[in-house]
Amino acid sequence: MSIDTIAAVRGSERRERIIEVSADRAWQVVGRPELLHHWFPGIVECAVDGHTRTITTGMGLTMAEDILTNDPLQRRFQYRIATGFFKEHLASIDVIELGPERCLVTYASDADPAPMAIVLGGAMSGALAELARQLETSAGPAIDAVDNPMEAAS
Amino acid sequence: MGRKILFVTTDQQRYDTLGCNGGALSRTPVVDRLAAEGIRYERAVPQSVVCMPSRSTMLTGQHPSTHGVWMNGVALPVDAPSVAAELHRAGYRTALVGKPHFEPFLDPFGRFTENGLARQEVPTVDSRWHDGTVGPHRGFDHLEFATHSPMGALHYARWMMQEHPEALGGFYAVLDAELEVNAEGGGATGAPQVKDNPVQREWYHTDWVADRTIAWLDGLDADDDWFAWMSFPDPHHPWDPPASELGRVDWRDVPLPAGYPDDAAERERILDAKPRHWRLWYDGTLVSNYEAPTHWVPASLTADQLREVNARNAIEVELIDEALGRVLAAVAARGWADDLDVVFTTDHGELGGDFGLMFKGPYHVDGLMRLPLIWRPAPSAAVAPTTVTTPVGLVDLAPTFCQIAGVAATPWMEGRALPVDDADASARGFERVLTEWDSELLGVGVHLRTITRDDWVCTLYRPGTVHDGTEGELYSLLDDPLQQVNRWDDPGVRSLRDDLVDDLLAHLPAARTPRLPVEAPV
Repeated sequence: MSIDTIAAVRGSERRERIIEVSADRAWQVVGRPELLHHWFPGIVECAVDGHTRTITTGMGLTMAEDILTNDPLQRRFQYRIATGFFKEHLASIDVIELGPERCLVTYASDADPAPMAIVLGGAMSGALAELARQLETSAGPAIDAVDNPMEAAS
Repeated sequence: MGRKILFVTTDQQRYDTLGCNGGALSRTPVVDRLAAEGIRYERAVPQSVVCMPSRSTMLTGQHPSTHGVWMNGVALPVDAPSVAAELHRAGYRTALVGKPHFEPFLDPFGRFTENGLARQEVPTVDSRWHDGTVGPHRGFDHLEFATHSPMGALHYARWMMQEHPEALGGFYAVLDAELEVNAEGGGATGAPQVKDNPVQREWYHTDWVADRTIAWLDGLDADDDWFAWMSFPDPHHPWDPPASELGRVDWRDVPLPAGYPDDAAERERILDAKPRHWRLWYDGTLVSNYEAPTHWVPASLTADQLREVNARNAIEVELIDEALGRVLAAVAARGWADDLDVVFTTDHGELGGDFGLMFKGPYHVDGLMRLPLIWRPAPSAAVAPTTVTTPVGLVDLAPTFCQIAGVAATPWMEGRALPVDDADASARGFERVLTEWDSELLGVGVHLRTITRDDWVCTLYRPGTVHDGTEGELYSLLDDPLQQVNRWDDPGVRSLRDDLVDDLLAHLPAARTPRLPVEAPV
């Protein structure tokens, strides 16, 4: 049996959710980094400038993120939180096709300090639940932004 | 008019820190008097030995398996049952002042209601209750929060930042730069979580909690019935009471606790007879939970460090006692004394040097499991003072509050109103108390189930990453009050062990499904 201390490991958390829509439909939301605040509870504002996304949390914290991967072929989105408490961070969101109207969305974060991975894990669970709710009901601000971009903008 | 209820909780306080329980370090005349006038429970047991599950049990009257808060960092659902909601519905004015911890504190996204209240500057918000009713958050009309630090989003922190920003740096930093529980040492001995704090006493959170409770009481009408949960963050670490008070207890004069063998070889022999996570933590090889400093190795604890920690702990206990005295005086000044019930307890204990360990974790022994509990019924109720030796649980508090208020206990409460004496306990079948531990943190999982019955405490281990599920602990509370001789494998008590395990498994509530997610480390 291998035993290690918390201090010796980087925190790594993964959450996943099966969503009853096509992978392409889920990717329409996930692949749009400027829409994150529409489906991630606790992020109230989000702006993208080139490869940098800046988010503002419900506690008023502002964090800059580097967008590292936005690959529509693999349906993989990766980013790194570049400010705040983090010495190191990498988040990956993958949308995996399970059937014509069914997909698996995984959301993982590796973080140093390790406790931040746990904090992110809880928030990621909430985000996946909200993503599923909006996609499966075809209603919500992220769906509006994808389907009716002009109305959502106004 | 009915009886008023002052529910006083501390955080992480040992049974033996009160004078009425035989403690000699702290002077606790206020609580001692309540005990002399009321009911002192000698075997009050928590249903979890960490804050969030235990506090959720107090509020809901349910075991952790039922309310679902299975470890720190799991949020109690906003619509969980709440005894405060039942009292509110019955016409009581309801407040919680001090430490709540039904929701995680580490909340940079602001996802949890309780972390947002101070910023909103409202006394409460409406939430959906378990029965679909919409009412004040968890049934409380008034919420004013504090925790162990003046940093963060809660009311006390905002007050300190606005009114006394110059004092913020005097407090110990609860978390380090890596957001782990801080291991940095201070004081005269370099003990972990110790710091000389120059804050003025009246700005310290203990007095703030009392002041804010008094302020709320001052706003009530004379004929209001009320339930005030006054929740002190101390004597939980950090041990940074106002430096002006350090002369109360000279750490050099503090005796080592009976549970601390001062010979390292003896400590290690005792630990080696327990399931392996005990010794692994002592040696610094395994940290199974977030509630103790990650970078602190218990084997490095010196006798003087332990003396200094326990001295400061005793000072914090004294400050709480004096703060409670002020609140009781304020209640008396309003003319409510004859109708006032006071319940004093804590959420869990503190290892306090037992076995060479401090803080808390998956260790179901008296340091963490034997709690101070005193119920001073309203003098108008004419309940005879006594001592109850039968085991009772914090799960019994919510139905007790209902009984005091003349409200029927609800079906979702799993405990029963506290017995008023041992005969009452026997007549109503008080026999066993159950305690649960589950933690899964960064790849380390530990799971314990414990029964306290017939002067024995028996802990069953479920498979995890450290245990294979065959381990256990069995202690005679009469013959081995320090729980130093693990009799789990003693063939002489095998039938007793089997009976206790069967009883434990027969009475454990079914685990809530699906399991609630871990939202944060704490």
